[in-house]
Amino acid sequence: MDIKEIIKEENIVYKKTSVLTDKVMHYCPGCTHGVVHKLVAEVIEEMGLQEKTIGVSPVGCSVFLYDYIDIDWQEAAHGRAPALATGIKRLMPDKVVFTYQGDGDLAAIGTAETIHACNRDENIVVIFINNGIYGMTGGQMAPTTLPGMKASTCPFGREPGQDGHPLKITEIVAQLPGTTFVTRQACHTPAAVRKTKKVLKKAFENQINKRGTSFVEVVATCNSGWKMSPVKANEWMEENMFPFYPLGDIKDI
Amino acid sequence: MRELKLMKGNEAIAEAAIRCGTDGYFGYPITPQSEVMETLMAEQPWKTTGMVVLQAESEIASINMVYGGAGCGKKVMTSSSSPGISLMQEGLTYIAGAELPCVVVNVVRGGPGLGTIQPAQSDYFQAVKGGGHGDYKLITLAPASVQEMADFVELAFDLAFKYRNPAMILSDGVIGQMMEKVELKPQKPRMTEEEIIEKYGDWATTGKTRNRNRNIITSVELSSENMENFNHKLQAKYKKMQEEEVRYESINCDDAEYLLVAYGSSARICQKTVELARAQGIKVGLLRPITLFPFPEKPIHELAKQTKGILSVEMSAGQMVEDVKLSVNGITPVEHYGRFGGIIPSPAEVLEALKSNFLEG
Repeated sequence: MDIKEIIKEENIVYKKTSVLTDKVMHYCPGCTHGVVHKLVAEVIEEMGLQEKTIGVSPVGCSVFLYDYIDIDWQEAAHGRAPALATGIKRLMPDKVVFTYQGDGDLAAIGTAETIHACNRDENIVVIFINNGIYGMTGGQMAPTTLPGMKASTCPFGREPGQDGHPLKITEIVAQLPGTTFVTRQACHTPAAVRKTKKVLKKAFENQINKRGTSFVEVVATCNSGWKMSPVKANEWMEENMFPFYPLGDIKDI
Repeated sequence: MRELKLMKGNEAIAEAAIRCGTDGYFGYPITPQSEVMETLMAEQPWKTTGMVVLQAESEIASINMVYGGAGCGKKVMTSSSSPGISLMQEGLTYIAGAELPCVVVNVVRGGPGLGTIQPAQSDYFQAVKGGGHGDYKLITLAPASVQEMADFVELAFDLAFKYRNPAMILSDGVIGQMMEKVELKPQKPRMTEEEIIEKYGDWATTGKTRNRNRNIITSVELSSENMENFNHKLQAKYKKMQEEEVRYESINCDDAEYLLVAYGSSARICQKTVELARAQGIKVGLLRPITLFPFPEKPIHELAKQTKGILSVEMSAGQMVEDVKLSVNGITPVEHYGRFGGIIPSPAEVLEALKSNFLEG
């Protein structure tokens, strides 16, 4: 049988969403960002939101997110994405607005912007990638770095008494009356990927139904920063990150 | 029909913002400018024009909300006073780098640090030399009356959109707090979504439709070559502003043998100094820069040719004087007179300073 006979529309079981651009991603092999980008793009396509979605990209590894998802974008200063999203959504309430932020961006330098956007019922989606390390700048300690976990600015392991404790910001924003849906997921297995897509869809639906802030944390791997193979990084995440950052919905109103 | 009102400078800013069709204001309280947001909140423009007014959690958040709104092609603004403006410098350099139009009002108070809540003009350098990191400029307007506080809101927006560049209204606690008669302009409608798409659809994030590529608002560029080219583009824009947007007022300059250069409330004081000097037979003129960037270099240089001495009068330790000296380029003596820390000089003491610098000894 000729290959051309197989490549037919009716035989396609999977194809890349057109909302994802053809640009080759700059991420390290094994990084979770690419998977979550794909899920966001798929959700935007499936919900027919390409023409009305405005994304806000952060400072961090995903700073060039606007190269990969074919929608209008604003690139924020480090930590300020929720403030930009507030400005956009308040002035264009009919658009769909989301931020995509890493742990340093969202839970260290942008803590105030994160908490206050969530506390103002901002009708936006916040996507939070938590890999417990600063990937882009080369593996420094993050606000979510686990106790004992090594990073270039805590080379002997994070010592809470000296370096501070890992911040469970997702549990904090779940306390705020402005959030409607707060969940923590991962993308380490096909089932987990499907679950993450499901919660992302729900988050975007919440925004369309004007339900306040939906906050989706994805516990992620940074195998380069963690200095592990992709497979080992996934195992390490399950063994070490999940007990501290348990998966599941934290708040669903 | 003319609509005249007696109001504070800060109230005039708020009233003019609503009337010129501003889409959004984001701010954080700080003395001596809190009346701007208070007036807006009391007026409730979201019920009339649809203007959004929001109190943010910090000046950092305010300026970034402005970034978000400006990126959508909306007319957005914020106001603050010196310590708050310092917090906004990060946002301002990103806005300049992303080439977004917006208006920022600084009702200056004395510094450094928490300083005083009394008026000062010690944020001149911060306003006209950039303020944040990188090579960029803010279009800087200096109102000297409550009327100009009102008029400059729309002017600042016009210039900001013309050049896709942030514009600052550099006022001070005197102009912000004092009450004067103001003629208010009639209400203009806000731009519709369709008008924004038509005018700014080539860059604003209004939603990527099928007929265009995605719009990306950003200031990041990792290629040094591209970054240098982008900086050349910015510099060309600033040069064009210097050629086309200089605004100033000259008072009694035609026969002046001595020149005062002053902006904002200092210019109001110096107007009286000119009267006092002329009553004593001393031919003094006043040049009042209205745009601090672009600075009126050429008119000052021309006046320097006919004058025996120039006194730069500021409520600072001497900031604008550097630009006056650059403009004069050594052809006549330039001195500075300033009070600071919240002290406002009297017209008589400015005259004494002029005399002691140029007429005595």
